[in-house]
This record gives sequence, structure tokens and C-alpha cells, in this order.
Amino acid sequence: MEISVNGLKAFAATGGRALNANEPAVIFVHGAGLDRTIWQLQTRNIAFMGRRVYALDLPAHGRSDGQPLATITDMADWVVAFMDAAGIDKAKLIGHSMGAFVSLETAAKHPDRVEKLCLMGVAETMPVHPDLLAAAKDNQNLAPQLIVCWGLGEAAKIGGHPHPGYWLKNSCQTLLERAKNGVLFNDLTACDHFKGALDAATRVDCETLFVLGKDDMMTPVKKARPLADAVQTSTTAMIEDCGHMLMNERPHQVFEALKRFV
Amino acid sequence: MVKAKFAKFATLALHAGQQPDPATGARAVPIYQTTSFVFDDTDHAASLYNLERPGHIYSRLSNPTTAVLEERVAALEGGVGAVATASGMAALFLAVATLMDQGGHIVASGSLYGGSHNLFTYTLPRFGINTTFVDPRDPQAFKDAIRTNTRLVFGETLGNPGIEVMNLPLIAEIAHAAGLPLMIDATFTTPYLIKVFDHGVDIVMHSLTKFMGGHGTSIGGVIVDSGRFDWDASGKFPTLTEPYAGYHDLNFAEEFGTQAFVMRARAEGMKDFGACLSPTNAFNILQGIETLPLRMQKHVANAIVVAEFLDGQEEVEWVNYPSLTSHPDYELAKQLLPKGAGSILSFAIRGGRDAGRKFIEAVNLASHLANIGDAKTLVIHPGSTTHQQMSAADLEAAGIGEGMIRLSVGIEDADDIIGDLKQALRRSQKG
Repeated sequence: MEISVNGLKAFAATGGRALNANEPAVIFVHGAGLDRTIWQLQTRNIAFMGRRVYALDLPAHGRSDGQPLATITDMADWVVAFMDAAGIDKAKLIGHSMGAFVSLETAAKHPDRVEKLCLMGVAETMPVHPDLLAAAKDNQNLAPQLIVCWGLGEAAKIGGHPHPGYWLKNSCQTLLERAKNGVLFNDLTACDHFKGALDAATRVDCETLFVLGKDDMMTPVKKARPLADAVQTSTTAMIEDCGHMLMNERPHQVFEALKRFV
Repeated sequence: MVKAKFAKFATLALHAGQQPDPATGARAVPIYQTTSFVFDDTDHAASLYNLERPGHIYSRLSNPTTAVLEERVAALEGGVGAVATASGMAALFLAVATLMDQGGHIVASGSLYGGSHNLFTYTLPRFGINTTFVDPRDPQAFKDAIRTNTRLVFGETLGNPGIEVMNLPLIAEIAHAAGLPLMIDATFTTPYLIKVFDHGVDIVMHSLTKFMGGHGTSIGGVIVDSGRFDWDASGKFPTLTEPYAGYHDLNFAEEFGTQAFVMRARAEGMKDFGACLSPTNAFNILQGIETLPLRMQKHVANAIVVAEFLDGQEEVEWVNYPSLTSHPDYELAKQLLPKGAGSILSFAIRGGRDAGRKFIEAVNLASHLANIGDAKTLVIHPGSTTHQQMSAADLEAAGIGEGMIRLSVGIEDADDIIGDLKQALRRSQKG
């Protein structure tokens, strides 16, 4: 679906199903340098369960116009602006990595708009390796390569994916490479600079699900635990043999966790 | 500066796409020789049919053994995904049918496998899809042949049987400037010799029957998508960017992004055309791929020795092999194919068609048959076999003389191959 948010084109995938205003809304927020299609193994599942699915393209990502938003807070405000434009009063928010920060901040800053929160591949802080930032700044392909190298669990790097013919390593890498120049650097910088996650977590009063990859090197489980502890009501789904790209690495297990959540 | 470390080519050739079988612990890829797969419940069945969840329904659409092959070839090529097919020709048709409708147009190299040439020349026009053939060595000709209804630029890494080296970066640039994808048949080279996506190619296909399988046991094909072509920006591919009624108005580009092409190819093409690969053939081809790097090293090492031998024989008029300095594409081959220019070469024997026939009938070690890319040395006379349907003018345009011999150099001891060719050349000149 395409709508105007703050005067600019914004796009969201709906799981290939017509939107029904009477159904509960579920919003997916992607991570740094990615777009809506990173959720392709979840959106149709959830939509055809009878949910109104919006897998967002944040500004300057995927099919959405505009400039990339500089801070996590700006992105959280944009999510609410999208909800306003789409006529969504309240939604369940599912965010991955940078999108988890955005979803967390949205829930903390706009608690009346978030019914439930799911944070996937998240940590109390997301410091970005200076070499990765430097590569992203120069729009080098090294940046997507490093993200995939550190982001995928060891099993996923060899494959055996449940989706026939799907080569996960290049799927993630190519999607990152297709980001517009400057977008990945902007997003990584926003993650690196965001220090308000723990504070935001203490202000979240909705039910929150953490979906964590046991072998996640980018947002390790031990760095996610303080967030889970800070949220009033949280549960955690731990995905075995899984790195940071949970929804692509282990789509079945992630779906099982989300099925109960949505 | 830190580096991104991933498994390299030979490791991927052995491992990519497979974890030890979770049910039995089997280390080798199991052959799932089954037509169908039991659903967990009705919701699970419905979700698989509706492309909501990944998984297997029926082996015409996908199969666990075949899926390992698909993932492995995608990994070796550096693509986002692959669909395996019953043959290389099925792969080509699947790609064309996924990209265009009637009224579509293809710009293709004129030096193609005879089956591909036939498909473009005689069969696809019956469905309203026409092709303009151009000289593979003339990038400007590709540019000039593109029309408003063109939907694909196509060629082979090495022409068949002319062994022209296609200037992939230049032709990719021309295709992309026109909003078109470049699809390449890389059967002759395999990803071991060239990873075509690194040179701007968008879709690659293989006849897996040849070097990938490598042992002359099983027919198969595959298409692999780089995931880099922007279907949305092009605006010429409604099959990928507009709702498809066959799946409740699913828009493949919208939902699947970089996977749009392979998803549509499988969801529509494998379902409706049905040219699926058998699991046993997938297993056989996987066995071949495990040794692809070793075999290709030996193939190209033998090929240059054989080419140099032939080049020095008085019975031979000319030899076409891009690693010979006499080949017009020698410099381009060095640039694009630094590990070697494959192991297919063509040559002409003095005495024309009659001498060629005598040569073919005199070889002992080399086998006279239609295939290429077997571990064994193979030989054929294209003018009377693979390209026999082409007119004299088309043969001339494709650089195929009446007396041309195509040789697929195997991995036997090079001395034995040369010994066989030597005696056959001598007999070719006798009355």
C-alpha cells in the first residue's frame, strides 16, 4: 500500500491481502539498511491469520520516498505519523534490530498507540564497529558483507533453508547492497548513537515479547536481558542455532513465537 | 580493516544448502524420492499453498533433495535463489515465460546452443515472442536491436560452438541502460571459471547436465537470480510488479523484493509448466558438483594442451579456443576467465565435411555424442547434429563451418586424448 506521510510517499507491504479496518493491526519495522521485504517469510503468514499487516519501508528505504531519518526518535515519530495517515489507532509493533529500537521508542513515547510490542534481535545498546561504519559511510560493499558475516548464525551461512532454493547469505547481502547510498550509514549511526533503550524499556507498559537468537553476535542475548528485565511484562522466545537475522534464518520458529503474539 | 569471512567455493560446492539430515543424521544428501509431503494440519496445508510459509507440498513445485541443489548452485553463483528444472532448455523457457507475455521481444547472441536457437527462432514466435539475433562480439548490435517491447538480453558466456567470449560488463551496461535484464547461459564455464553476477549479469542459467553434473548421467537445468535487477524501476515486467490473479492478486515484487523472479518462476512456472527435476537426478548432479572445482581445473588444464596440440597439426585448418593467442577474444578471455576458458573448443579439419566425417568415425577414446561437459572427452560435428536445423546462412552467421568439429575435452590423461586425436587426424586425410 502506498500513502502519504508528512507529504511524502510511504510504502508498506500488506502480505498480499486487502486491508480490513475491523482486523487488528500489526506493524513490522525493519532493521538498518533493509526494507519491508526482510519480513517476507512472516507477513503473509500473519496477514492470512486475519490481521491487518503493514510491513513498513521507512523513509528512503524500499519504495518510500524522502531522506533517511537521523535518529531512532525521529523514526519512532514517523511510525506514529504513518499510523495517523493509515488510520491505525493502535497496533502491535514488531521490530528487528534498528526496527526494534524504533518500536521500543514508539511504545515508550506513544504508549496509547502500541497494544503489544515484539523486539527481535535487540540489545540495550548497539555500538557499531568503526570499520563497519567507515565502510557504510563510503558505500562500500564491505559493509553489507560484514553485517551478513556477523549477522548470520554459523548454520545459516552453510544453508539448508526451509524455503526451497533460497540462498540466505546473498539474499540478505543483496538487499543491503540495494539500499540507496548513505542510507545504511545513516541507520547504523542512528543505532550507534541511541542510548535511550534501557530508559525507554522502563517506560513500556504493554506486554512485550523478546525474540532472541541464541548465537546472535550483533545483539548478544546477554545484552538483551537488561532490556527484558526493565520492561514491566515481558516474555522471551529463544531461537536455537540462530544469529541476528532471526526472521530469515528460522522462519518457522519465529512464526510460532509471533503466532501467539499477534 | 576487518574482513568478512565466508566459506569459499570448494567448501560451498561440498556443503552449501545442506545440514546433516535431522531425522537420520545422514551426512550425504538423502534422495527424497517422494511425490508429496504430509501436512501438519489443514491450516498448514493452506498456508503452504498460499505461499505464506516455506516448505514442500508436491515434488513438481519443490523437493528437499532438489532444494539442496538449488541452494548450492545459488551459493556458488552468489545469487539470492534458484529454481531447478528438468533440463537446461526447461530452465530457459521458464525464465522467458516468467519475464514476458506474448508481444515480448528478446535480443540474443546469434551464437547459441542449437536448442536455444530453435526455441527462439521457431517455437517462441508461435506464442508471440520474437527474437533478434546479433553478433555476440558486437555490443553496438545488441544496443541497436533493442525495441520498446524488448524484455530480455540473452547470450552465452562462451558461444556454441563458435566459442566467442561475450563481453558481459559492456552488454550488461547496454541492457541496464534500456531497463532490461541480461540473462546468460553459463553452462560452458560454470561458476568455477566465472561468476557472471560479478560482471553485471542479472540471471544465469545452466544446463546442469554438463560440467555441473559432470558425469553424463543426469539431465537437469537451473535458473539463478542475482536479486540485483530493479523490476520496479524498469517498469517493463508486469508479471513481477503487478497483481497476479493466480495467487489472489499477489504482487511478487511488493512482497518478495529480491526474490520476486524466482518466486514467480516457481509459483507459476513449476506449477503450470511442470518441468521439474527428479530428486534422483538432483542427487546425481549434487554428487558431480561436489568435485566441480577439481574437475574444472583438470578440464581447463587439458583443454589448453589439446588446443595447442591441434594448433600445430598440419591436418587442422584452424582452432577456436579463447586461451590461444590466435583467438580474437584472447584478451577478453584473460580478463573474464582468468582460470581458463573452459574445455570446449572447435576446429576445422582440412578436407571439409568428408574429412570431418572420417575424423569423427576414427576417434576411439573420444565419444561421438550430443553432450558436452562430461568427465570423458566427447566429440561431435555440429553441422549435421546439434545445429542441423539451422540454414546455411544461419550456420555462417553463427560461425559454424560445414567441417567444424566441436570437442569437449575431458579429464583423462592429456597424452591419451592427444594420442587419440592424432591417429584420428591422420585417418581423416586418407582416401
